[in-house]
Amino acid sequence: MSGVFLSVLTRELRLALRQGGDSLMVVAFFVVTVVLFPFGVGPEPAVLERISAGVLWVTALLASMLSLDRLFQQDYEDGSLDLLVRSSAPLSAVVIAKVAAHWLTSALPLIAAAPLLAVLLQMRGDGFAVLMAAMALGTPSLSLIGAVGAALVLGARRGGVLVSLLILPLSVPILIFGVSAVDAAVMGLSYAAQLKVLAAILLVTLALCPFATALALRQAVE
Amino acid sequence: MQKFANPTRFLKLSKVLVPWCAGLTAVLSVVGLVWGLAFAPPDYQQGETVRIMYVHVPSAWMGMFAYMFMAAASAVALIWKHPLADLAARAAAPIGAAFTLICLVSGSLWGKPMWGAWWVWDARLTSMLVLFFLYLGYMALANAFDDVTRGNRAAAILCLIGAVNVPIIKFSVDWWNTLHQPASVVKMGGPAIDPSILWPLLLMGVAFQLYFATVVLLRMESGIAAAKVRALGLLEAGG
Repeated sequence: MSGVFLSVLTRELRLALRQGGDSLMVVAFFVVTVVLFPFGVGPEPAVLERISAGVLWVTALLASMLSLDRLFQQDYEDGSLDLLVRSSAPLSAVVIAKVAAHWLTSALPLIAAAPLLAVLLQMRGDGFAVLMAAMALGTPSLSLIGAVGAALVLGARRGGVLVSLLILPLSVPILIFGVSAVDAAVMGLSYAAQLKVLAAILLVTLALCPFATALALRQAVE
Repeated sequence: MQKFANPTRFLKLSKVLVPWCAGLTAVLSVVGLVWGLAFAPPDYQQGETVRIMYVHVPSAWMGMFAYMFMAAASAVALIWKHPLADLAARAAAPIGAAFTLICLVSGSLWGKPMWGAWWVWDARLTSMLVLFFLYLGYMALANAFDDVTRGNRAAAILCLIGAVNVPIIKFSVDWWNTLHQPASVVKMGGPAIDPSILWPLLLMGVAFQLYFATVVLLRMESGIAAAKVRALGLLEAGG
């Protein structure tokens, strides 16, 4: 099981590194969209500070969705997904490895870029560490939920647009608790509860989503 | 239940049930509406606007019930691969979406005089809106494939995942202290509503339920007919 996990993970990481570009595109999208907000709502520091946590979370959510088609689409088209599904290895382990690779190559750069953008949005100092902690706990759940969506739309018409309709409603709780953790920290309140809820969501998605994704992949290649 | 998984037997049963369900829907909704709109007393706080409740609350119940029904049908479809279960889930989706939309719109009309706003971002309203999006996603996914079975199975998996939202809606008003009033009919220790208002409300609830049953049965019948037409078309194209 751990052998399969590691070999799929290294394969995915190697592919992502050699193709390059993809992770950079996600970060570039994140930065550009965030920078648009001061133009949209005006540059007053008080306004930007108030909305900074929400803006960063929403744009991170959208950015992480950009790269979802990379998760299974290529393997589905070139037939390697058939081999993965038919191999004796547990499919959920393969899914977890692919999601882990997706998280490392698309969400981790976002988390690294977030403090810089938080400075641009005038976020107060207390928020930075909590923002990163909340994103570290929340983005793996986003990747896991996204994997289910990406697997469900394989072979569908207009799959890319469809996947956002499917998974955005399911991502709402992560967004709510992610933003409220940062807001609490900025206001000097306790944020432990929100982080614990994010951790709980992560455990639930970790238990359910690989299973559901495997189910969806099986019926996609049948 | 297994006996009625056969489409022919189902059609026979459905032909008997539909007139009864439709008739009872008509009778109960007329009685419930007249009772609720003309005879039930106005609320001591909210006055006459409380009558919106007789449409708003049953449609909220049905919006959630239809999703649970779809989730149950999807589970049956995935586990036992009953074609009728897929058909039932698909038949219920637009009806559930319509109930949810009615609930949101009537709630908005009620919210304006009571809260002074068409919409507030309160836990229950938001989770109901999410439910509406789940319905839209389900219908879009079910119809996004050229192969019908493929669409059915993908939608069934999505439906089961989305079912997580239903308990969140149900308990949202108890977990979060928000503007929407807490549960007052289905709760521990019995309903907190006066019988003069409760009875027409329950009557409307039953009427909505029977309406749902009628339309689901009709849509399943037409779904079976559509599958037959498709099969004949394929036969013709192949032969």
